[in-house]
Amino acid sequence: MVMLWENIKLAFTSLLANKMRALLTMLGIIIGIASVIAIMTVGDSLINYISEEMNSMGANNIMVSIQPRTDEDNMFSTMMGGAMMMDPISDQDKITPEMLEKLAEQYKDEIKAITVVDENGSGQITKGTDYANVYVAGINIGYFVSTDVEFVAGGVFSERDLEEGRPVAIVSSIVVENLFGGDNEKALGSTIEVDTNGKFAEYTIVGVYDYVVQNMADMMQARKDISTNMYIPYRASINQTHNDNFTNFYVVANNGVDSDILAKQIDRFFEGYYRNNEDYQVGAFNMQTMVEMVGSMVGMVTTAISIVAGIALLVGGIGVMNIMLVSITERTREIGTRKALGATNGSIRIQFIVEAMIICLIGGIIGLILGILGGQFAANLLGYPAVPSISGIVTSLIFSMIIGVFFGYYPANKAAKMNPIDALRYE
Amino acid sequence: MAETIIKLENIVKKFYIGKPNELEILHKISLEVKKGEFVSIVGPSGSGKSTLMNLIGILDRPTEGTYVLDGIDVSKAADKELSAIRNKKIGFVFQTYNLISRTNALKNVELPMLYAGIGKSERVKKAKELLELVEMGDRAKHLPEELSGGQKQRVAIARAMANDPAILLADEPTGALDSKTGRLVMDLFHKLNKEKGITIVLITHSNELASETGRIITIRDGNILSESKGGKA
Repeated sequence: MVMLWENIKLAFTSLLANKMRALLTMLGIIIGIASVIAIMTVGDSLINYISEEMNSMGANNIMVSIQPRTDEDNMFSTMMGGAMMMDPISDQDKITPEMLEKLAEQYKDEIKAITVVDENGSGQITKGTDYANVYVAGINIGYFVSTDVEFVAGGVFSERDLEEGRPVAIVSSIVVENLFGGDNEKALGSTIEVDTNGKFAEYTIVGVYDYVVQNMADMMQARKDISTNMYIPYRASINQTHNDNFTNFYVVANNGVDSDILAKQIDRFFEGYYRNNEDYQVGAFNMQTMVEMVGSMVGMVTTAISIVAGIALLVGGIGVMNIMLVSITERTREIGTRKALGATNGSIRIQFIVEAMIICLIGGIIGLILGILGGQFAANLLGYPAVPSISGIVTSLIFSMIIGVFFGYYPANKAAKMNPIDALRYE
Repeated sequence: MAETIIKLENIVKKFYIGKPNELEILHKISLEVKKGEFVSIVGPSGSGKSTLMNLIGILDRPTEGTYVLDGIDVSKAADKELSAIRNKKIGFVFQTYNLISRTNALKNVELPMLYAGIGKSERVKKAKELLELVEMGDRAKHLPEELSGGQKQRVAIARAMANDPAILLADEPTGALDSKTGRLVMDLFHKLNKEKGITIVLITHSNELASETGRIITIRDGNILSESKGGKA
């Protein structure tokens, strides 16, 4: 349609004639769209990150942990159980290795592996003047079944390493970079000394895994200062920490096993041990269910904040309407002239609606870019990879055009209905 | 005998109809303009000549009476049709030029053709020809603010002729110009009238300008006071 294209060009000329005003008008839309997009990006990234993190442990995995006995038996307290528990759980309330053995025995057809992790603590490996920061974690063989770790040299612990709790370690490529100049072959078989809170221990490197720098916290510090996970055999770790019992562990279900049912079976299994415990119980939850739950929680928060940001957009839209009304008053004579030259009410209306739409659309695009950048920055700052929200982008662009039409319609209609005689005489 | 372009019959225009301050501006005016005529309508302010001009330019509708423009009974046409009739049958020339300030001379001349739905290449071709005709061909890309008053008015005249209208309706076209440039604009009207045979209705309060035209219609207090032959025979 010839008219529409001409109207778009016309809208640009009139915006360019008043650059400052156009920019200020757009600002409301820019801020509105940018905040919606930024929040949605952060929200989507968070959901994405959590699900990837959890899926990397395997969607079929079951997290089992001790939780305080409360009226509400919810998953949230399970997840936060380890981290947020006020009182330390006494050793007698914890899950014992014997329980795990029995569990593995009883459900040997369903369970592929049981993963336990002993947090040994953060420490530093020194070699001459070189150093590398690590988090030391004692793990069992199940860990590498449930977690994606890519080895670049060596491999997992042997059965004997694990059984005997030998002083062997799997380190990250960063550690090799810092201490061995990136030479993996040289690193394999070398002995390193680790200082964890004043406790010194020596380990022989048996494996190197690839560490990919991806979060902002890592990016903001020198590569040599990045802390990475260092794995040692579970028994080697508890020899130092004496954490003989567990507060949580993971179960990897065999293929074809319904992890929901298995989780219930595990619940029932532990109920036998904890029936008479007044303070604690054990809860088992399927990762997939957890991912969905967290996703919907984050989604709800995102939506709530987006609505607030949407109000900013609404205010921006009112700004557009206001400036369109001013612009129409200023251009009364132009409108009169156009009508005298044969413009129909419809073509005047379209002209001004297109102008309002263009303001909103340009504002929307600028806001979109700022929002994506802002969202990315915020997501990185929080330490997870940003995923631009596609649905957010599409909705906000459509939404900004709708705002243009909605808030442009009233002024445009006012212009369209002007009496040409009065409009021509307007001073 | 030349055909009739404008035929006004017993035109009455009232304002504030039905209200205590009801005002009758035009009292049963009848008027005919033939094709190719150069007619001037004169009268002091308040005489009703602006109202008459609005009616001729179908910016307004008469309260009573009929108006036939180039064979179309305008007084019975619907609002939507009026835009199209204004677009195709009438070329307005205003005292204050009323060019669209943000667009150049060429675009201004294109505007009525745009509303008529004429394609881009044809519009540009016609607009250039018209600018040549008013001797503004070299200023096609200039914005109105870069043109003098007389130049603006010539662009406005080119714009008025864009859709080959039945009449050029000029409202005090020299009112904002000095006498020298005013003269040039009047010469242009004479040229268009003579060479192109364009029907022109000139509204003015100046008897001097009116005397140049073929026929002078004097309006006073909403009536046609007199009709006389102008200097141009």
